[in-house]
Order: sequence, then C-alpha cells, then structure tokens
Amino acid sequence: MAIKVKVVDRPVEDVSYVRAMFKGMGLTIKHMFDVTNRATIQYPEEKAPISPRWRGTHRMLTTETGKARCVACGLCPTVCPANCIKLVPGEDEEGNRYPLVFEIDEFRCIFCGYCQEVCPEEAIHVGRHYENSEYSREGFVYDLQRLMDQTHPVCEMWDPEDPKGQ
Amino acid sequence: MSVVNVVPALYEAIDPDHTPVQGMPFFLFTVLKMLIIFTVYMIGVAMLTLAERKISAWIQDRHGPNRVGKGWLQPAADGLKNFMKEETMPAGVNKPLFILAPILSFIPALTAWCVIPFGAPVATRWGRVDLVVADLPVGFLFILAITSLGVYGIVLAGWSSNNKYALLGGLRSSAQMVSYEISMGMSTIPVLLLAGNVSLNSIINQQAWGGWNVINLTVAFFIFMVAAFAETNRLPFDLPEAESELIAGYHTEYSAMKFSLFFIAEYASMVTASALMATLFFGGWDVPFTARDNIGPYSGWLSLLSVGIFLAKILFFLFVFMWVRWTLPRFRYDQLMSLGWKVLLPLALVYIVLIATVMLGLSAAGIGPGFYQASILGSINIILIIVLFGVFDRGRIISPAYGRMHPREIERLRRLDRRPRVAAEATR
Repeated sequence: MAIKVKVVDRPVEDVSYVRAMFKGMGLTIKHMFDVTNRATIQYPEEKAPISPRWRGTHRMLTTETGKARCVACGLCPTVCPANCIKLVPGEDEEGNRYPLVFEIDEFRCIFCGYCQEVCPEEAIHVGRHYENSEYSREGFVYDLQRLMDQTHPVCEMWDPEDPKGQ
Repeated sequence: MSVVNVVPALYEAIDPDHTPVQGMPFFLFTVLKMLIIFTVYMIGVAMLTLAERKISAWIQDRHGPNRVGKGWLQPAADGLKNFMKEETMPAGVNKPLFILAPILSFIPALTAWCVIPFGAPVATRWGRVDLVVADLPVGFLFILAITSLGVYGIVLAGWSSNNKYALLGGLRSSAQMVSYEISMGMSTIPVLLLAGNVSLNSIINQQAWGGWNVINLTVAFFIFMVAAFAETNRLPFDLPEAESELIAGYHTEYSAMKFSLFFIAEYASMVTASALMATLFFGGWDVPFTARDNIGPYSGWLSLLSVGIFLAKILFFLFVFMWVRWTLPRFRYDQLMSLGWKVLLPLALVYIVLIATVMLGLSAAGIGPGFYQASILGSINIILIIVLFGVFDRGRIISPAYGRMHPREIERLRRLDRRPRVAAEATR
C-alpha cells in the first residue's frame, strides 16, 4: 500500500512559521496587557453568582414562634432517593405532630431537591449555599437545630407556570 | 588600516588614566564581585520563577500567585516547601550520578557568569576595577566550553534515574543540545569577525564603537536566539521534558531540592543565555547612543547606569523567553532536528562566508567600524531578513504537519514505503 500523501495547497500566510509565530505572539501580548478582562474570580473574597435555582445546603424554615415548621409527616424521608433524612415523629399534648429527631446527612444527600418539592408545609428547603466543610464525617450530619439556624436564601424551585424563572 | 587592528587598539585605549588593581585589593574585589553576582543571581532566579508564573497568568487572562505576601513571597514559600519535601531515591538508580546530575546541570550556567562583563569599569583608589569576575582574554571560548557542559547534567539525570521516560528525555536533550551547540557556535563567528577578538570586553567595545551587532549581524542574532532557546530547553524546544509524552523527561524521578535544583538550573541558564544575547548582540552594558562611554573617565554613576542598562537588556530577553514559552507549541522531534541541521547550520555557515567577504571588502575600501560599516551591514541584513522570512519561509523553515510538501519529499516517502515490500517479496 503506497503512502497516500494528501498535499494541501495552502496560501503562504498559513504555512509560514515566522508569520504565524509573530501573529501568535501579538495575540498573547494583547491578552497580557488586557488587565480588565481577567477570568479569575478571587474566590474567598469574591464569589461567582449562583443560579436562583441552586440546590445546596438544607435549611428548615421556622414559624413566628421560632419552632420548626415540620409536622413530621414523613414524606421527605420517603421520597429521598439517597436515604439521607432521618425522621422520628413525635406528638405534643395538643396532638400536633413535630419531629423528635430530624437529621440530614449532607454527605449522603444528592441535592435533588425532592424533599423541598414534596414538603406540604414548605418547611424543609434546599438552599443557595455550597460551602460545607467539616473536620469529621459526623459533622456533616445536620440536626434539626442546625438546619433551623441556617440563614442562607433558599432555592427557588422550577415553576411550570414560569419556566424561565422570570 | 584593517579592522582587525582597529579594535584591539581601541581596547588598549580604554584606560588612559587607570591601571587595573593589583595584589591584595584585586583579590578582595574579586571575592566581593563573586559574592554580589552569586547573591543577585540566586535571588534573581528565584524571582524569575515568580515572573514566569505571573507572565503566564497574565497571558492566559489570570492573576497569577497573589496570596503569599501579595505574591512576592511565593518563591520563598516554594523554596521552603521544597526543603521540607521528601527526598525520594527510587530503586535501581545509580546513586552517585543521580545526586551529581542536578549539581552538574546547575554549575555550568552559573560558571559562565564569571566572564560576562556586567558594567563599565569603576575607578577606585587602588586602580581600575573591571565589573567582571574574571576578565579572561579567551572569554567567549570559555563560555562556549562551559555552556556545552550543561548537557551532561541532563543526560546523567536521564540515565541514572533507571526510568524509560527519563532516559528518553536525556537522549533527546543530548541530541538537541549537541545539534544546536553547533549552530550557536557558528552564529557567533561573525561577531568574533567583527570584534577581531574573543574577549567579551572587546566585543562590547566594538559594539559601542561600531553599532550594536543586532544591526550589524541580525541573521546571526536570530540563529543565536533560536539556538539559545534550544540550549536552555525552553519551549518551543522543551522536548527533553515534554510533559505530555515523557511525564517530566529527565527529572521524572527527582523530588524536593534535587528537583528544585533542576528548576533553578533552567532559569539560571536562561539568565546566562539572555546575558550572552545582550553582550554579543545588544552591546552588553554599553549605554545606547553614547559611543564614548566606555573609554573613560569612569565614574561610579556611569558604572551604575551601565549595570542598570545591562540588567534591563537581560530582563527584556528573559521576558521574551517567557513570552515565547507561553505562545508557541512544542516542535515535533523531526522538526527540531531538521531546523537545526537543515536550516540553522547551513544558514550560519553561509552567513559566516558572506560576512567575512563583506568585511574583507570593507577593509579593502578602508571603511572601519563606525556609522558607514554599520549601515552597510545593516542594509545587507535587512535584505537577508526579507529574503529569509518572506521568500524561504513557506513551510520550509518549520515543516508543519498540514503544510505543503516538496514533491521530492513525497517521492522520498514513497520510495521508503516501497523498499520493505520489495525486500519481503524477495525473501518469499
């Protein structure tokens, strides 16, 4: 089998190494002095904007009296595909259900947002927050108090009436 | 008067009032100069690593290191990190050579500095002090000899590592450096022809008198620059370490301070190459547009100014080194070899003959170093550059993978292909 050499007849500007080199060097020096267009975001000081639909760290909303809105209906542990919500329901003297134990393992969570979607009381939310770091694995299991103490804004779920989020 | 006689005479006339220092002051001044050069050099090399990262970042629209002391302490932090890292010693290495190699690659680059003049002489109470550690009469030959030793460090590192990637890197570097060494040496012959001497001081004086060699010998400068890039293993000639194919090439197995020493050696040889380019082609420490500044009388301010100018020239070339590195992609191995042997070497040889002829003609016509000589040589160079870059550079200087191929080359490839088939048929 003979070598089939395809000879492409290109114009001189394309095959001249020196010209191409000077062109390239012109481009790089242009970028070098283009100080206003730096792509870097200086992370801890400045943060990239996140989407209003960002699903991050959970947050438990509270009532005016400061209690968790959760009524321990058990829908979120049921719907959770990652099985990361632990819920032990309790009932007070007036017959109101409330969570005795409500824990979310943020390590197990896949941040699908089903818990927020399924919640009838709009109590549990996924939030627009992503900086979770801990010194131990146990630290990622957020209990009820910790979920209530979160202050970050919550995720705005996708609305079929307003698909583009306007 | 022939050119060869003019320049040494000029060099003799350099010190009408002052004789060089002698005896004990000479020794002390030399030690002082060594200390200063070593300190400035090492700090400079450290800062160069920062400069490289900064420039690469700016070229790529980033900010670069800016955390440790606003970025200025980054070299110190890197150094500290390298001191604290583990010195690995892989099984099967040739231990003495493995340890010797980084040292061998670092020392030649540093040693070359002892003959490079870095400023106008200073007049002191004890006599004239030349701002050069050792004013060797054969300075340039010394540099050629010393810089070519740099290849040993890399080859030994590649061989003693007992690693296929390191060995390949070492092999490549030996082939590359030996090939470009020749072009580098050849490209400097015209410089020596013009200066009529191999002492670096007389080369600088000749340029102060007869115009910078970049005008006189532009083509030689280009050859020298390309060869210098290849000698320092910088992109586009970084085949010895080619991280995409050879991991890290010759220093794959090195860690901690031994790796760091290779890193320092790369920058050190960059500084040396820049200093050589500045000295041989850009007038060294010569203050531009003043022809008489290196004849005296000398003053401290003049020396300081000349040192500053020399530093500025070196920094400019260092910037070019980095600029090119972050612009051009690496050559293929065959491109590297054909550029060295088929383009640069014949070009350098032809250029030597041409310059020698022109110099002979000029001295026959009685034109010594000066404006006329510079303008004649300069116009010859402009014509040569236009011819080289405008006419010959059509896929020939570097043959691109996609470029047009000469019909002869295609025919050669076809012949190569036919050969084994014929041989196979004959054996059947």
